[in-house]
Amino acid sequence: MDLFTAAVLVLDSTVRLTIPLLFAALAGLFSERAGVFDIGLEGKMLAGAFAAGSIAIVTGSPYLALVGAILVSVALSLVHGFASITAKGNQIVSGVAINFVAAGLTVLLGQNWFSQGGRTPQLPNTARFNPIELPGAAAVRDVPVVGYLYAELISGHSILVYLAFLAVPFSWWALYRTRFGLRLRAVGENPGAVDTAGISVEWLRYRAVIVAGIFCGLSGAYLAIAQSAGFIKDMTAGKGYIALAALIFAKWKPVPVMFACLLFGFLDAVAIRLQGTPVPLVGEVPVQIFQALPYILTCILLAGFIGTAIPPKAGGVPYTKER
Amino acid sequence: MPECAEPVSRPVPPPVNATAPSSPTHPAGAAPLAIELVGIDKSFGQVHANKDIHLAVKRGTIHGIIGENGAGKSTLMSILYGFYQADRGEIRVGGVPTVIRDSQAAIAAGIGMVHQHFMLVENFTVLENVMLGAEGGAFLKPGISRARAELKRLETEYALDVDPDAVIESLPVGRQQRVEILKALYRGADILILDEPTGVLTPAEADHLFRILRVLRDQGKTVILITHKLREIMAITDAVSVMRRGEMVATRTTAETTVEELAELMVGRRVLLKVDKGPAHPGPVALQVKNLTVRDHRGVTMVDDVSFDVRAGEIVGIAGVAGNGQSELLEALAGIRRPSSGDILIDGASTLGADPAMLRRRGLAHVPEDRHHMGLVLKFEEYENSILGYQDDPRFLNGPFMDIDAIRADAREKIAKYDIRPPNCRLKTANFSGGNQQKIVLAREIERDPTVLIIGQPTRGVDIGAIEFIHKRIVEMRDAGKAILLVSVELDEIRALADRVVVMFAGRVVGEKTPDASEQALGLMMAGIAA
Repeated sequence: MDLFTAAVLVLDSTVRLTIPLLFAALAGLFSERAGVFDIGLEGKMLAGAFAAGSIAIVTGSPYLALVGAILVSVALSLVHGFASITAKGNQIVSGVAINFVAAGLTVLLGQNWFSQGGRTPQLPNTARFNPIELPGAAAVRDVPVVGYLYAELISGHSILVYLAFLAVPFSWWALYRTRFGLRLRAVGENPGAVDTAGISVEWLRYRAVIVAGIFCGLSGAYLAIAQSAGFIKDMTAGKGYIALAALIFAKWKPVPVMFACLLFGFLDAVAIRLQGTPVPLVGEVPVQIFQALPYILTCILLAGFIGTAIPPKAGGVPYTKER
Repeated sequence: MPECAEPVSRPVPPPVNATAPSSPTHPAGAAPLAIELVGIDKSFGQVHANKDIHLAVKRGTIHGIIGENGAGKSTLMSILYGFYQADRGEIRVGGVPTVIRDSQAAIAAGIGMVHQHFMLVENFTVLENVMLGAEGGAFLKPGISRARAELKRLETEYALDVDPDAVIESLPVGRQQRVEILKALYRGADILILDEPTGVLTPAEADHLFRILRVLRDQGKTVILITHKLREIMAITDAVSVMRRGEMVATRTTAETTVEELAELMVGRRVLLKVDKGPAHPGPVALQVKNLTVRDHRGVTMVDDVSFDVRAGEIVGIAGVAGNGQSELLEALAGIRRPSSGDILIDGASTLGADPAMLRRRGLAHVPEDRHHMGLVLKFEEYENSILGYQDDPRFLNGPFMDIDAIRADAREKIAKYDIRPPNCRLKTANFSGGNQQKIVLAREIERDPTVLIIGQPTRGVDIGAIEFIHKRIVEMRDAGKAILLVSVELDEIRALADRVVVMFAGRVVGEKTPDASEQALGLMMAGIAA
């Protein structure tokens, strides 16, 4: 395999590995820009993935599975919303609780329903989101470089992949060009300004966490019924936290969020690609080094290479009218 | 700068708009009322914040509401703006009984509010802040051009000079406040409530605000000004209502009343407004600050090469608008923040490297600017706070343990001496009023008999009665030969107490004046314009 082909394959796998991060990071974007910290992205993804896997195997419909994943994830979002908006509780505690519940409950229900050690049964292709061949992909495949890139890299992904990348400009537009976005950004910075303008702070924040729930559901569904063929115990494997890191890295802005997720996805793809392959000059490197790379990079980057990332000012603080 | 030179004038209210709706609630021939409050009553649990309030504000006037902290002014205005619901009573807007359930209803009734702490989104532009809540549709684009045109019109009509594309955090405070006014006007407010609007302004900015308010009034708007500063009431209002302990005690035409009368109405007894002090008799230098430079946690230089000294038996006042390095200076002096260069000497000996406890042993006492964060633990009982920082004093110890009886006896002594009310050393500190909390801190620091006393904002959030007491104690300390450094953002307070005034701007000392220097001269220095 020549170097070009290898590079395209790594990029192709980068795209696939980026998607769950991207959905989750966009979820965090909406929630945190509205002032609700969401450490429970991981749990919502996991619950969504489990719901998607279960519904897909029972009904055979990936679309029903997707809707189910979104509903389950939104339900958990509302729990987080109730705890942190209405009950004015600690948002970190609530998020962590959701992660624990999701991690335990998915395995418990999975074992109880399907008796396969917490995983859902292998899905037939008809119950999954399959790769879509974009028009003309087969025809231009043999055109050097451009055609090959189009056929391999751009074409041949599931609908959710395209949806994820479309969600980026959509999020930007929603945040910066709509009334909802203006208010959402305002409520994360100074809820008092929103309240005195006669807008309900609570309802606005609820809508933001519901959007976060939808994105987490998409992320979980992608993992279980697009990237894989079924739910596997703990299949999110910390992606929710990496998404949070990407969010901070991108300073809570939609387009940088996409690039941050692509970077982390790329590191992941390289790690997989280089498993067992000797690196020039160094020799064979233990796979753990590569697996640790995204985390190490996050630490280094967050430790000061990206300048200070200033979170939304009212983030993490429940809003109470001052007496 | 011409805006400082404008003489204080109190013109007669202009003729009322012909379009004012006629109202059945006022007798024929009387001036129409913009706002009428009838029997407003509000309690928060045990606290009776507003007792049967009656208030009538005439259309096209500037109406002041004055009262001490906790008199119920803010509660009353919050009811008017829909933040709280009154337990009883009626609000009439333009003569029509109106139920104001939330801010949206207040805005709909033509009431706008400029809050004491600005309700602005700091990383938004002026335009975005003005539009927030009045976007005119689900998508921003069409609204933006309309808002831009409307802002332009409002800015010219009311002499509010603000760039619509400026980001709020890059604007000086005075301009941020104008954005708040613009917000209200953009929503079609006819009645504008301003809550303590001058607390954060330089004297020049305050003058500019007053000019804007006069323009607003002359254009037929009604302005309600909430303040505890008597001077502002006299300078700008047409009528004034006085609140005391939740009650509306009097309403006067400003032209027919005096500062003394208003002060007496506010406090309920005669008050000495002037600080009674003789000339200072300065002794040797007790506190010396040499080329002090202090950076904050971001590494920004907040105090820049500052030098001055304070002699025994004199009060040196540091004047300046909040945020010009005074806080960092105080923290460095108190040993809380390490200076990056320069030196601080007490009685000629350097204090570099000394922590706050060591400084206290060397005769320094510190009354911090923010008693809630640095001066007191609000959840502690009074007696615990009365020795905070001095808990290692052998007088309060019984072997390795605290001698609770001795501490309480000492606390009771201080309570009596400083007239702290209620006189109960077992009460939680949070339950004392601002003035009494400040007295707890002052008693603790002054009774140590320090040689150097540094005081930040001695009367912030303190009522007039307590201010009088605190000022008297500070002057007594001076006459007892202590070196006193006073930092206050209240220029009146500095001028009343200090024997010398040092003005800070942008972290530097821009000059020194005597306290009888004109307010304009000091104001220009505080704004960094003159030295």
